[in-house]
Amino acid sequence: MSATPALTVDKMHKSFGQLEVLRGVSLTANDGDVISILGSSGSGKSTFLRCINLLETPDEGVVTVAGETIKMRRRGDGRAEPADRRQVDRIRSELGMVFQSFNLWSHLTVLENLLEAPVHVQKRPRAECTEEARALLAKVGMSDRANYYPAHLSGGQQQRAAIARALAMRPKVMLFDEPTSALDPELVGEVLRVMRALAEEGRTMLVVTHEMSFARDVSTRVMFLHQGLVEAEGPPQELFSGSTSDRFRQFISKERG
Amino acid sequence: MDFDFITKTFVRLLAALPLTLSVWFLSVVLGGLIAAGVTWMRVSGLKPFELFARAYVLVFRGTPLLIQLFVVYYGLASLPAVRASIIWPFLRDAFNCAVLSLALCTAGYQTEIFRGALLAVPHGQVEAARACGMSRLLMFRRIIFPIALRHGLPAYSTEMISMVKSTALVSLVTLWDVMSIALKIRNDTLVTYLPLILAGAIYFVVNYIIGAGFLALERRLSPHLRPRPS
Amino acid sequence: MGDLAIFGFGEGGWGLALLQGAAMTLLVSACGLLIGAAIGGLVAWARLSGKLFAGAIGQAYAALFRGLPELLIVYFVYFGTSTLLTETANALGREGFVGVPSFAAGALAVGVISGAYQAEVFRAAYLAISRGELEAAVSVGMNRALSFRRIIAPQVLRFALPGLGNLWQVALKDSSLISVTGLTELMRISQVGAGSTHRPFAFYLGGAALYLVMTLATTRFFDVAEARATRGMRRATG
Repeated sequence: MSATPALTVDKMHKSFGQLEVLRGVSLTANDGDVISILGSSGSGKSTFLRCINLLETPDEGVVTVAGETIKMRRRGDGRAEPADRRQVDRIRSELGMVFQSFNLWSHLTVLENLLEAPVHVQKRPRAECTEEARALLAKVGMSDRANYYPAHLSGGQQQRAAIARALAMRPKVMLFDEPTSALDPELVGEVLRVMRALAEEGRTMLVVTHEMSFARDVSTRVMFLHQGLVEAEGPPQELFSGSTSDRFRQFISKERG
Repeated sequence: MDFDFITKTFVRLLAALPLTLSVWFLSVVLGGLIAAGVTWMRVSGLKPFELFARAYVLVFRGTPLLIQLFVVYYGLASLPAVRASIIWPFLRDAFNCAVLSLALCTAGYQTEIFRGALLAVPHGQVEAARACGMSRLLMFRRIIFPIALRHGLPAYSTEMISMVKSTALVSLVTLWDVMSIALKIRNDTLVTYLPLILAGAIYFVVNYIIGAGFLALERRLSPHLRPRPS
Repeated sequence: MGDLAIFGFGEGGWGLALLQGAAMTLLVSACGLLIGAAIGGLVAWARLSGKLFAGAIGQAYAALFRGLPELLIVYFVYFGTSTLLTETANALGREGFVGVPSFAAGALAVGVISGAYQAEVFRAAYLAISRGELEAAVSVGMNRALSFRRIIAPQVLRFALPGLGNLWQVALKDSSLISVTGLTELMRISQVGAGSTHRPFAFYLGGAALYLVMTLATTRFFDVAEARATRGMRRATG
């Protein structure tokens, strides 16, 4: 086990206009950590995740992936921006993101979706990528749908395919942005099962979610955000059975009820 | 029914078809290139470019093609500055003027088609591409362009057919296309309906073929829009 | 004469003539649009009737007039109606050539073309009316004529307005082709002025500017009409 954390975020700030959504959030994820990020809407949890792979640009804060720090600089108007586009692209290819609305590419089959980034971004040989893609599809239970188009799949099937697509890039850390929020209740289970299998494999995962069962039973750590700050953090047993934070207790009782 | 006359007329009209088709093809391709540039300006996010692009589309879609054609063919040719410039050898030729004018016009329409197609690309799929580490160029090439293409094909097909119909206007600037030949035959023989009907048939068939071709292309590119394989 | 004085209203100025041409353009386009509405309504009705033969005729009409060059249709209508009229007159005893007034032929040509596209606009507008509203009309005892007048027609108009606004612009531009019949609309006046003063660039550019003004002004009119007609309706898009 390497001593370098898989991912560190140091004091991240982000504002949208006048509204400050992240007010100094930090996080350290070691290899194999499964961190559930909880919070009510507006707490900044999705924004936090999206700032890590720079889908949103943080105003302040340092992101380090496997020891490599993303270089930022200030523009003329004071706004922050990445200093090296190529570095950002490269680091993004080391982070696998799974979206709430799946976002599979509609003009490609499931298999082609899995091949796209490994072949064209990571420039790996096609044969090797295809073999690996098929193995991943088997792992998420989508082998028989490899030649289907996303439009012909249910939500749960699309999300499992999307998870396989993220895995195809051999990511160091996986980012899940509310992966089951857009699914019908009966389809949530099949996706959570895949995510649990990945966690048990030892993958490093950051999961923004409302699924309390996942947060409690599968994650190694839970982080509760409230109005842009870390309100509570620690192992799930500690937080769920008797947290010192009033707000957190209020939050989980609301989620349950 | 004078079959001999019908056949002769038909053959004469067909002989003019290559001119019609070459005007069509060149103006569509040139127009597409211009439209690509204007579209880029329109979505660039840079105010002056955006305004120019919007003005361009407004002018070329808000005025009749016929008057645009005359501005280029008669108007530009009358300006001393143009006659003295290096583009004069190009503009002297009626064919070149016609192609240029038609190209400028279709570029206005094609820009709007391109823009609509780009806007129709689901934002989430673009984000997924960014999250994979695709560069802007790669993202455009592999994700944005293919999806936009599929969205824009029906409207583009309509514009292609519209352009075939527009080529008939070049008969008014001394080019011997199918339309002019039909009118000439009418003038020479005083037969009113037949030349026009035959010319109409030729245009109709050409348009039908183009429409069918685009439909086939749409079908080929959109297996994801048809019912799933069993 | 100075450059801009050409367009003036004084002696030797073409300003008045151009404006008269523009007025003629508006008139012939409007008549064409109305004829097109009548034809379009008929074709849409045929296609919606559910009767196979009528539907086929309607579709054939639309396909035909959308696949032929507008200029060809203008010539065909102009020469064709003149020939028809001449032959009829000759059969009735009047000698010589009888021409159809270019205004009538031009409006008819524009109408015939516009009708093919208006049919599709009306058809889509009708199909967009919720079945529920039609059922409600029947259930309160309205007969077919009344429900058409009070419920269907106003709704069709509301849904059709955006498409019709677009087709109006098309009619304005198509009307320039009527210049080949000699009608003194804007295109023809520009042509005459260009030839007479040997200043084609100024006249064609000026004519184009007038067309643009007409397009912008009438678009504004359609936008206002649409806003008034869709008062109280929830829209899918802003």
